[in-house]
Amino acid sequence: MSNLDIKIGLEVHTQITSLKTKLFCSCPSDYRGKPPNTNVCPVCLGLPGALPVVNIEAIRAALMVALALKCEISDVLVFTRKHYFYPDLPKNYQISQYDGPGSIPIAKNGYIVIGVDGGLKKVRIRRINIEEDPGKIVYPTGSLLTSKYTLIDYNRSGIALLEIVSEPDLRSPKEARAFIDKLRSILEHLGLVNTELEGALRVDANISLAGGSRVEIKNISSAKDVERALTYEIIRQSKALETGEKVRRETRHWDAIRKVTVPLRVKEFEEDYRYFPDPDLPPVKISLKLIEEIYQKLPELPDQRIERFIKTYGLSDYLATVLVSEKVLADYFEECVKYCGNPEIIGNIVVNDFKRWVDEMDIEVSKAVKILTPNQLCQLVYMLNNNIINIKILKEIIPKVLKYNKDVNTIVYEENYIDISNEEVLMRIIDEVIKENPKAVKDALINPKAVNYLVGQVMKKTRGRANPELTNKLIIKKLKELSGTP
Amino acid sequence: MIILSKLIRKGATELVELFKSDPRLIEEYIVSVYEVIDRVEDLVRSYITLRPLNEVLADGAKVRETLTNGFKGRLAGLLVAVKDVIVTKNLRTTCASKILYDFIPPYNATVIERIIGEGGIVVGKTNMDEFAMGSTTENSAFFKTRNPWDLDRVPGGSSGGSAVAVAAYEASIALGSDTGGSIRVPAAYTGIVGIKPTYGLVSRYGLISYGTSLEQIGPMARNVSDLALLLSVIAGYDPHDSTSLKVRDLNYMEFLKPTPMKKYRIAIIRECVSEGVDNTVLTAFNRSLRRFEEEGLEVLEVSIPIIKYALPAYYIIAMAEASSNLARYDGIRYGYHVSVEGRTWDEVYTEVRSEGFGLEVKKRILLGTFVLSAGYYDQYYLKASKIRKLLYDEFMKLFKEVDVVVTPTTPTTPPRFGEALTDPLKLYLLDTYTVVANLTGLPAISIPSDIVNDVPVGLQLIGPRLSEGYLINLAYIHELKSGLKDLVPTAVSGYV
Ligand SMILES: [Zn+2]
Repeated sequence: MSNLDIKIGLEVHTQITSLKTKLFCSCPSDYRGKPPNTNVCPVCLGLPGALPVVNIEAIRAALMVALALKCEISDVLVFTRKHYFYPDLPKNYQISQYDGPGSIPIAKNGYIVIGVDGGLKKVRIRRINIEEDPGKIVYPTGSLLTSKYTLIDYNRSGIALLEIVSEPDLRSPKEARAFIDKLRSILEHLGLVNTELEGALRVDANISLAGGSRVEIKNISSAKDVERALTYEIIRQSKALETGEKVRRETRHWDAIRKVTVPLRVKEFEEDYRYFPDPDLPPVKISLKLIEEIYQKLPELPDQRIERFIKTYGLSDYLATVLVSEKVLADYFEECVKYCGNPEIIGNIVVNDFKRWVDEMDIEVSKAVKILTPNQLCQLVYMLNNNIINIKILKEIIPKVLKYNKDVNTIVYEENYIDISNEEVLMRIIDEVIKENPKAVKDALINPKAVNYLVGQVMKKTRGRANPELTNKLIIKKLKELSGTP
Repeated sequence: MIILSKLIRKGATELVELFKSDPRLIEEYIVSVYEVIDRVEDLVRSYITLRPLNEVLADGAKVRETLTNGFKGRLAGLLVAVKDVIVTKNLRTTCASKILYDFIPPYNATVIERIIGEGGIVVGKTNMDEFAMGSTTENSAFFKTRNPWDLDRVPGGSSGGSAVAVAAYEASIALGSDTGGSIRVPAAYTGIVGIKPTYGLVSRYGLISYGTSLEQIGPMARNVSDLALLLSVIAGYDPHDSTSLKVRDLNYMEFLKPTPMKKYRIAIIRECVSEGVDNTVLTAFNRSLRRFEEEGLEVLEVSIPIIKYALPAYYIIAMAEASSNLARYDGIRYGYHVSVEGRTWDEVYTEVRSEGFGLEVKKRILLGTFVLSAGYYDQYYLKASKIRKLLYDEFMKLFKEVDVVVTPTTPTTPPRFGEALTDPLKLYLLDTYTVVANLTGLPAISIPSDIVNDVPVGLQLIGPRLSEGYLINLAYIHELKSGLKDLVPTAVSGYV
């Protein structure tokens, strides 16, 4: 894929979920799960005569992001009307921001550093806009094609959104995913966005291959899907280019269920949004003092945290990076360590077992940490350190805890997971194994490496409960007795 | 001949005092206003929606009760006519447009809340040019309003219904809105007073937007005292309007002084008294100037050549903003609707907007859309904004030398029906002197200058930002000297 000269740019829309109210009215920003059209007022319904008043907290949030992404910040906040007719947009214009005559986005020219194949890469941020979210179109059957009518729910209308646009600096779907992961982690560390909420983070991606045209993919809702959608597009476009077909300049829609992109509309001309500064919202000065104040209050950001994890806990670069890629995960790790030390063991368990199963079972990390709580994980670490269970068992227990939401002790006892460290019991089993495997015993007497086979047989008989080190020691001892050497 | 209560001729300020000493008079007052309406409304047609008498009487009874309990509302018991561009909770608000013919707002504009809070009673919603686009009230989607001084003439617009309701004694005071002269032009044509306040002085929350950056709600009254009273109630900071100025507790009654509160220097703009002004208007204008000179005030002439670009700049900005503000009327959430079954959104929008909007509105939306479109934005909107800035700078410079600028409110007396509409350019010219105040955001008041050939002529006074008090002082002096107050137009002279 690397020889295709791929250029990818991303446009991320993220709701500022930490806000109490919408961007221009006092309706609660927590609109999820409410009956349709109950979280509305004259302002966010765009009723005649209603006027917007900007939520100052949203501006502070945008400034935090701008600082975290190392952007140049405008000295004045200008809102611009972007016009297009669509039923989810109550005023038929969106209050947004624009880089053009009379208008300016709140921040420009920043960057994010992402990890790429063991190295680091700077991805430029073109601009950050503050804007309002439209309402939501609801198709009663779930599909436009089969629905007899359309419903519109304006509960989401007017929610504060940040539009973060990258330069086309990304070269592969993997880089795009790394970008989203990093951005998400930054937003979480700033305490502004709960990215687990449905629809809180939406991505539009544009991609062009050498010899092709710029194709925009809309409606991608996770980092994983960004990677998938882009991979799909690269295959589609490179196939087309190979067969001499023309890749049209167009907008496509990511179908997350069928995992394909489908054409939305062919862009024959640039849509004219008739941008002009919103006369309802006079420009607001952004003082250096305000920026300075917000800068001083910035919390620890992912890059700083990764560094601290490496220094303070002796974690590998890899472990630290994975942990910090999700704030909940990093918080969970630190809480466990605070509880029972053992940062390296815990780091490994959290990344290699906990995170792996959480992904596989497709549960939210925030929910999983409430099931396998730091207390529970620490109990497992205690049992491991005191040879009550071995690492293999521990790896088996974790998915069971997550799946059945049971206490670790209950699982350990119910499933008879306790390590067999009783020499008498183990010797009885070892004797059985030696009797049953005369050939293996013969091999082991010649080749010490073949002992492992016998250990394995003991593990099999005990369903993994035998303490592997003790078993190994006892078998060697027994073999020595058999060979007659003292 | 029916003898009406003598309360009908009383000014708002006087009425409130009477009601405070005898709250029972409110009922008599309300009934008598409705009697006037019964007689005159068919002739002039001020109201699009008139509240039923029993509802209004019930409101009056409530005010009466609060007065008995010591309530000191500044508008207690007064009937207020409201231009149908200002939203009123549970009371139909149409903007004189088919597209909003059945719109019942779920909320009150800030000015309405304040009026009700002071004991004022909304009597009805008045006719206007559709979406305030016009200077004659001929562009209403429903019917025309007639000038009570001469039923063959227009009352001016766009707040024609409010002006006539007040002039014809169908209400004591009224609210209008002024985007380019929409309060001052009809005030001049109907012989009443009206003020376009400093931009940001009166909350626009609940004013259905036409030219956002230009317009203000303002009071209309039969005399300067009543105007000062209503302005005192509606002026002041509103957190719901981001363009609202942070000024509070304004009392313009303090400026009702019979002598100049300072040695005002008055300027005439040469460009506004030369070309295209009717002789009758000019004669009235000069007579008004003499009244000021007799008070020992200095009148001087200045020139602002850039003023000739004010009208085109005004129309570009107003239409650009209108095209954006009126985008929301698509028939999906409220207002005029059509069948949507089996049709695309674009088809629905096209039908709703083609049928729902009148000709003048469509014309302005189209022109506004054009001037905002990519490639033309710099040529039109940006250039108009620059002229606006230059004009503002000119006036700021001028106000270092003088205290007030006077012009005729309009270059002509009220046109007869159809006269203005046939020539759109002539129609737009009606606003020549008034748009200056909207472009610069400055306060401007129109007061009766004279009655010539049985029709009134208006005088406009423009002051620096937030100089409403001084404008009221000058207007009050002019009113005292000219005796032009509480005028009774021909059409109602038999009743009141
Ligand atoms: Zn709202």
